Amino acid sequence: MSVDAKARYAQSHEYARQEADLVVVGISDHAQDELGDIVFIELKEAGKKLEKGQVFGTIESVKAASDLYMPLSGSIAEVNDSLQADPALVNREPYSAGWMIKIKPDNAKDLEALMEAKAYASLVGEE
Amino acid sequence: MAAFAGYDMPISYPTGALEEHALTRRSVGLFDIDHMGQFEISGPSAEAFVSRMVSARISDLNVPMSRYSLLLNEDGCVLDDLFVYRLPESWWIVVNASNRESDLAWFRSRAIEGVTIEDKSDETYMIAVQGPRAIELLDAVATLPVSAAERFGWCKTEIGGVPILFGRTGYTGEDGGELFFPVEKALFLWEYLLAKGIELGIETKAIGLAARDSLRFEAGMPLHGHEISASINALDAGFKWACDFSKDFIGKAALEAVAARGPDRKLVGLDVSGGVPREGYEVADVQGRVVGRCVAGMFCPSVKKYAANAFVEPVLAVPGTALKVLVRGQPKDAMVVKRPLYIPAYRR
Repeated sequence: MSVDAKARYAQSHEYARQEADLVVVGISDHAQDELGDIVFIELKEAGKKLEKGQVFGTIESVKAASDLYMPLSGSIAEVNDSLQADPALVNREPYSAGWMIKIKPDNAKDLEALMEAKAYASLVGEE
Repeated sequence: MAAFAGYDMPISYPTGALEEHALTRRSVGLFDIDHMGQFEISGPSAEAFVSRMVSARISDLNVPMSRYSLLLNEDGCVLDDLFVYRLPESWWIVVNASNRESDLAWFRSRAIEGVTIEDKSDETYMIAVQGPRAIELLDAVATLPVSAAERFGWCKTEIGGVPILFGRTGYTGEDGGELFFPVEKALFLWEYLLAKGIELGIETKAIGLAARDSLRFEAGMPLHGHEISASINALDAGFKWACDFSKDFIGKAALEAVAARGPDRKLVGLDVSGGVPREGYEVADVQGRVVGRCVAGMFCPSVKKYAANAFVEPVLAVPGTALKVLVRGQPKDAMVVKRPLYIPAYRR
């Protein structure tokens, strides 16, 4: 399983990666592998303001449904609509085409509270 | 891996559940189903005994045929579903893993003079070979071609030196069969079939429990504990066709009473939008009144639908009826649809 070195990670396996003034959020390669084949993704709408730890969507695999949690507080600036037609993008390319939402963070410094790639890799037993 | 009836079983192999499903629909899937139980019933009174125990007609079941049936209690509720094979000197009964002990106890408690019941489960292994190219693969490796058996027929053959009882049946909606053979040959035969698939250019892979469930669900086959159970009578579940009311069988009187008053609920298929329905989710009418519950639900890869099976009030069990499924508390649009979602290959 791969870990995106440019991203930071939540305990609940979401990644958050700064891109210009937004933060791209999805789930890690480890998380998608644990979930198995993903068959449905429901995300809150763009414009929605959420606190860190609140649910921004639900992901359903062949096995079960799981909630997705905001890795930091902010408003949803953009939602990846292509996941509606092809949720398996999250399995195939979790860090690129399988991104889920872009957040306009309340405070860009909140990113620093998340795990660095190296710490996350050791948490999930990579390396 | 998942624990199931004392077995550790793979939910999916590294291939992944969706691809395993697709592969079974296009080529050949191998299913390790040793967890199934097998009983052999013999003796001068065996036919009369089996006939009374199971719901289906067996008086016209000749060698070399088998038939699907239900095992009912006195209330007409479903203790298990099973296959009855007519062998030359005995009856071969194939039951579900989780009910093996209770089924055996049920058969033994009702046994009559002149009947011997043997549990053959521990010495018998079972592999299912399913898919549009399954028969081609098996014919190529068997000493006597399995294609000699018609649907629900059986034959004896040998594969890689292993004696096989082959039944042309399955749980996927595809052609193929189930192999019964001595347990010590299990690993050999499993690897032999996978290797022969490669050698013959017939794509053949191992299939896990998740795909086994989605394949059977699409094809409209019940899973005990879901569409059928000891708290669901055979008529509510839609299994009148598997009951022979012209003979005597356990549960018949109760089912006749159900038929006379009309069923309390009916099993329907639901096509759900905007979420994945799952077992246990409530079904409501468009006004929000709860009218039933999902007994199974999932993404169906071949028909590309999110679908459920649910028991609902009979007046709502009409295809085209708009209902709601409460997906994690949120009402999602659902439409009653005709089952099965996927017409089995051998019925087209």
